[in-house]
Amino acid sequence: MASSSAAGAGSTDPTAARRNTKRPKYSKFTQQELPACKPILTPRAVISAFLLVSVVFVPIGVAALIASRKVVEIVYRYESKCIPSNVTDRVAYIQSSADKTCRISLDVTKHMKSPIYVYYQLDNFYQNHRRYVKSRSDEQLRDRSEEGSTSACKPEDTANGKPIVPCGLIAWSLFNDTYSFFRGNKNLTVNKKGISWKSDREHKFGKDVFPKNFQNSSIRGGASLNESIPLSEQEDLIVWMRTAALPTFRKLYGKIEVDLNEGDTINVTLQNNYNTYSFSGRKKLVLSTTSWLGGKNDFLGIAYLTVGGLCFFLALAFTIVYFVKPRQLGDPSYLSWNRNPGGH
Amino acid sequence: MAEGSKRRIHFSKLYSFSCLKSPFRDGHSQIGNKGYSRVVHCNDPDNPEAVQLNYGDNYVSTTKYTAFNFIPKSLFEQFRRVANIYFLVVACVSFSPLAPFTALSIVAPLLVVIGVTMAKEAVEDWRRRKQDIEANNRKVHVYGNSYTFVETRWKKLRVGDIIKVYKDEYFPADLFLLSSSYEDGVCYVDTMNLDGETNLKLKQALGATIHLHDEKSLQKFRAVVKCEDPNENLYSFIGTLHYDGRGYDLSLQQILLRDSKLKNTDYIYGVVIFTGHDTKVMQNSTDPPSKRSKIERKMDKIIYILFSTLILISFIGSVFFGVETKRDTSVGRYRRWYLHPDNTTVFYDPRRATLASILHFLTALMLYGYLIPISLYVSIEIVKVLQSIFINHDQEMYYEETDRPARARTSNLNEELGQVDTVLCDKTGTLTCNSMEFVKCSIAGIPYGRGMAEVEKALARRGKDEESEVDGGSFLGQNNEALDSRHPIKGFNFEDERMMNGQWVNEPCPDFIQKFFRVLAICHTAIPDVDKESGEISYEAESPDEAAFVIAARELGFEFFARTQTSISLHELNYESGKKVDRVYQLLHVLEFSSSRKRMSVIVKNEENQLLLLCKGADSVMFERLSQHGRQFEAETRDHIKRYAEAGLRTLVITYRELDEEEYKLWDKDFSKFKSTLTEDRDALVDAAADKMEKDLILLGATAVEDRLQKGVPECIKKLARAKIKLWVLTGDKMETAVNIGYACSLLRQDMKQIVITLDSPDILSLEKQGDKEALAKASLESINMQIREGISQIKSAKESSNTSKGSSPGFGLIIDGKSLDYSLNKMLARSFFELAVNCASVICCRSSPKQKARVTRLVKMGTGKTTLSIGDGANDVGMLQEADIGVGISGAEGMQAVMASDFAIAQFRFLERLLLVHGHWCYRRISMMICYFFYKNIAFGFTLFWFEAYASFSGQAAYNDWYMSFYNVFFTSLPVIALGVFDQDVSAKLCLKYPFLYLEGVEDILFSWPRILGWMLNGVLSSLMIFFLTTNSVLNQAFRIDGKVVDFEILGVTMYTCVVWTVNCQMALSINYFTWIQHFFIWGSIAFWYVFVLIYGYLSPAISTTAYRVFVEACAPSVLYWLVTLLVVVCVLLPYFSYRSFQSRFLPMYHDIIQRNQVEGLEIGLSDDELPKQSQGKLLHLRERLKQREL
Repeated sequence: MASSSAAGAGSTDPTAARRNTKRPKYSKFTQQELPACKPILTPRAVISAFLLVSVVFVPIGVAALIASRKVVEIVYRYESKCIPSNVTDRVAYIQSSADKTCRISLDVTKHMKSPIYVYYQLDNFYQNHRRYVKSRSDEQLRDRSEEGSTSACKPEDTANGKPIVPCGLIAWSLFNDTYSFFRGNKNLTVNKKGISWKSDREHKFGKDVFPKNFQNSSIRGGASLNESIPLSEQEDLIVWMRTAALPTFRKLYGKIEVDLNEGDTINVTLQNNYNTYSFSGRKKLVLSTTSWLGGKNDFLGIAYLTVGGLCFFLALAFTIVYFVKPRQLGDPSYLSWNRNPGGH
Repeated sequence: MAEGSKRRIHFSKLYSFSCLKSPFRDGHSQIGNKGYSRVVHCNDPDNPEAVQLNYGDNYVSTTKYTAFNFIPKSLFEQFRRVANIYFLVVACVSFSPLAPFTALSIVAPLLVVIGVTMAKEAVEDWRRRKQDIEANNRKVHVYGNSYTFVETRWKKLRVGDIIKVYKDEYFPADLFLLSSSYEDGVCYVDTMNLDGETNLKLKQALGATIHLHDEKSLQKFRAVVKCEDPNENLYSFIGTLHYDGRGYDLSLQQILLRDSKLKNTDYIYGVVIFTGHDTKVMQNSTDPPSKRSKIERKMDKIIYILFSTLILISFIGSVFFGVETKRDTSVGRYRRWYLHPDNTTVFYDPRRATLASILHFLTALMLYGYLIPISLYVSIEIVKVLQSIFINHDQEMYYEETDRPARARTSNLNEELGQVDTVLCDKTGTLTCNSMEFVKCSIAGIPYGRGMAEVEKALARRGKDEESEVDGGSFLGQNNEALDSRHPIKGFNFEDERMMNGQWVNEPCPDFIQKFFRVLAICHTAIPDVDKESGEISYEAESPDEAAFVIAARELGFEFFARTQTSISLHELNYESGKKVDRVYQLLHVLEFSSSRKRMSVIVKNEENQLLLLCKGADSVMFERLSQHGRQFEAETRDHIKRYAEAGLRTLVITYRELDEEEYKLWDKDFSKFKSTLTEDRDALVDAAADKMEKDLILLGATAVEDRLQKGVPECIKKLARAKIKLWVLTGDKMETAVNIGYACSLLRQDMKQIVITLDSPDILSLEKQGDKEALAKASLESINMQIREGISQIKSAKESSNTSKGSSPGFGLIIDGKSLDYSLNKMLARSFFELAVNCASVICCRSSPKQKARVTRLVKMGTGKTTLSIGDGANDVGMLQEADIGVGISGAEGMQAVMASDFAIAQFRFLERLLLVHGHWCYRRISMMICYFFYKNIAFGFTLFWFEAYASFSGQAAYNDWYMSFYNVFFTSLPVIALGVFDQDVSAKLCLKYPFLYLEGVEDILFSWPRILGWMLNGVLSSLMIFFLTTNSVLNQAFRIDGKVVDFEILGVTMYTCVVWTVNCQMALSINYFTWIQHFFIWGSIAFWYVFVLIYGYLSPAISTTAYRVFVEACAPSVLYWLVTLLVVVCVLLPYFSYRSFQSRFLPMYHDIIQRNQVEGLEIGLSDDELPKQSQGKLLHLRERLKQREL
């Protein structure tokens, strides 16, 4: 009350009041009359929207599908094949120090153009588990002087009273199966350079940080690291440490930079060291070429085709409903408020 | 001094009733006790005793906060909301290892949200403060130590200062009047700001102080006032003045209150007794009423639903998590060895899986907290404030004449305006102008006045063809209004060539006419105000009726131009000589008007020394007071009065009487004696004495004044009726007047059946005369009960017949009077009365008291459970305004009290149409869309986290970088919603007004119904499902770029988040109907901002950006797949909604769909069908049937 009376009291002089009238100033903004476009769903708009979507989506879908089909992919699941048939306790076997070399052969059914990417695929492995994801020390990886900042790494933070570099569960559980490829007797070199992200190599893993005290704790995890190579060049580690999003994932192992021809047989000598048996995870070896879209996955192409097709169908359906049976359905609702036009 | 006190006595004798009544309550003895302890040392504020009392200065602050308490107090206000408490707790817990995110990313959005709300509070408070500063620094003249008046600021006044206030200035504090420019120490005060009354109030100084006229005499003035402590009662004051060794009682008569204004008096001297917050007006100040809208209450329920969902999914998550964790160990073997289950913290310990699971539950509550929209409240508040600004700035609701724009006094109820089901409306001043116009009179049995009253016009209209009216509708009508509302003289609308320009002298009874207008010119309490330059006279009258009479008398040649305490002077046209002469009437007594007396008289002595009693009053009390020979024209006059009343005019009977000297003297003695008695029954005695004099009157005639309908009222009511808004008129008027006004403003129509409930039946009246109260009550109750039942059965039968004949029922109008209303509102009948009332299209309650108005409002509010809106302008409507869901005050002539109690203030009734149909509709639509959308976007986002969890063994790892998430509500999605809430329009203002049925969307709450809300939520869940599964299936596990790299956790986060931002914003674009550059800017800007953000954030050092480091530039942007996935997901997610909308808008259209469609297609067919008046539709049917018969 007081505030507005104070305002009222302000205009004591009537002529002054006349001059600064309280009439709201006109602007398109305050009067809510800004120029606007008001799209509404007319039949034409709806049908053309559907048609547009299908026109755009179908070609994309076709292209994506072709790209995916062009990709040649060889997938070989080896986790049970590489266990001697007489072993009953697989976990005990894998944890033992026995020689776990395993030879497999892959048939190339289609010409594979280089580069051919070699992946390992794990299954049921929760790299996205909160405990796992958080168990690393970026400071330590990046900076030599931060060696001791291992608080996030427990329990793989120290061994024998000294900090572990690289610390944490992720590094500790580094994948340690190895593959070597032969075509006939000829060794196929696997290029392991450039399989990790450049930004990781250059900014996240230090050039002067060397592995220290790694895999020295009571329980051995995964692979060991060469202590004379700086972390920035340990690309397997770098790849491993980019944790996967879902429990089934592939990681790049290396690149084969020669073409593989149809009918070739590739012999793989493989060290089956990594324990996926305790959580019954599968292991796969994947050789794949890429297209402009990446690897082999029909899903995107099919999805695009489906949506495009669906939209076409919807466009058709709406055309029929709009133009064959225009309006009839709408009319009853007209009448419902037409019946009592209150004002008359 | 002796002379002064004589004047005083004389004066108080003159105004015998209310004006100078001294309080009978004997409070003076209490002075000095508790509650009456204030001591004011007049003219001596530096007195050590006065200093010791330490009364505050005159500084006034109306702000809610001060610089010191702002932060704690506003924080406290913030955390009274459940959702905010939740976020606060989350923020606190986020510092513990339980938190799934970094603490800062949780705290930051909370800080932003709280900060914005606090900034809003601060800005509002700053505005109040600026007003305070303006008021505190106004200038006033104070009596200083140098014994002269010096200028100072308001805030520097102290208790005890003597100040001088000039004409038309406001009083800076509560003052005790010492003297004025008038010799007898009176002054006139305008109290509009306090109680809203426009008439001037007379104040008078004590006889003992009126000699204090100049600076010199004030020099030695020292006195002490002892009085009550500060309180909020405007109508009482108790105190004593100790001066010159004597004590004088002070009453309200000597008190000038802050914020009232000095009028008609050159200056006054006064002593400050209450300053600053002690003043009565400040003690009275109340905050605008705080009401919450239905939508907001419903919103709370939705929040609870979301909380339950949150708890539910957290629970599901922790159960799974517990099970998974437990399985990690079995007989010395560890399943997921890479998690080191043998050496772990309590959060993941498989040996204590239950505890881990419980702790995880807490983590999950935080993780899925994105389901609760943190910025919802603050966004809604911002939106509502902006909406109110639009309401305040609407030029269409600005009233030129009083220079008043519409004002939303609270922004809480904007959307409630779009849901009004029933409007309860005061009549006088709300539907009508409350500026009376003299239109007709009947003198000596002859009716004069050719003008047509509004009601007569309406009646005439009713006969005419209705079609033209319906077609041309509002526009034609308004133009006409505009044309004939231009009157040269305010308050005078009398046209009759027989009377004007002095022609009345040629009429049959010029002496009666002369007397008649003399009565009008003399018998009143108005004060003339002569403009010195132009010589024009204007009048300050207590009521507009009175002003109309004085103006009418002036226009017809009886110009009242001067009033002293004892005389009234007229310029008068003498019908015999035809010349203008000045006549002075000596004023002896004023027997004032009161609602019980219903009449007013003056006793004057004219220049011929004739004693005259001039009396005007209501017909119900006047006719019985006529003398035998004064009834010459009674029959004609009664007839005319009846006709005037039917035309909705207010009538008064004008009479006079000649007194003889002896009789008068005798009576005068008695009367003075009664008046000076100080007993409780003084009023009764004075009344009786006055009664004695007001008899044997001679009838002169009757006047009829019209309270004109406000411009545009009938059109507005018609529109509201077409929007299916029920209108109840609650008025204090007589039934006939009310019914006629009902016709005039098209509230009642000819085709409506009237149901009248009244107690005016002969049986009841006879019982009333007998005085047996119990029997009367019983009989009344029964009669009302019967009438109500009859009404209900009428309606039922009408409904049945309309159902069978497929015609529409004509609608019913219910008319009920005050007494019947009393009975109807009691418990037994309230239900059936209510049932009757809601089935009637319009209801008129006449003769209702303010309390009844409030009760009726309550009944409607409780009974229907729907939104009620009360609209009124006077103090008598305050109860009703506060009781209703929305109170709309008309800032009209009757002052500010209703406005102060209201939520919205408009200047004219017709603006209600725009306020409801345009702003109400828009605001309702905006707010409900906004809330739905808000929940949608948060569910769509929050559930993607949940789906991700399902693939991360519910460990509590969020799918996205912490900062993406904390910016979600604040930057990437908030501005488009606000734009929606502020700017969206389904149809333009013009169409809103053209098609009032659009308003039904709000009344029926279509846009915020549970199916719709749940539909949006479901859409949110569906969207999140599609986003998650389409993305993961497309990009996993193969290489996602030509260089063979695969998608990892970081890239998936960016990809999914991109999809979320796109879909949520595109969904917005799809669901709004109105794109200005602002919407475009916000929607596309938000999406663009995401890219900018991820780019910049990615370029920060990896220590800050962690998982976002160069992800977008290095990994996502070069990947075709990333962009294709975005496109696919956006289109897929929007497809169901788009198809649904296309189908629904065509085949199950809502009202706005139809209007939009017709607008675009340029079709008027559907609607002109609707617009076709009922009659012509009927005619068509009839014709067809006839044709058929002929063919047969």
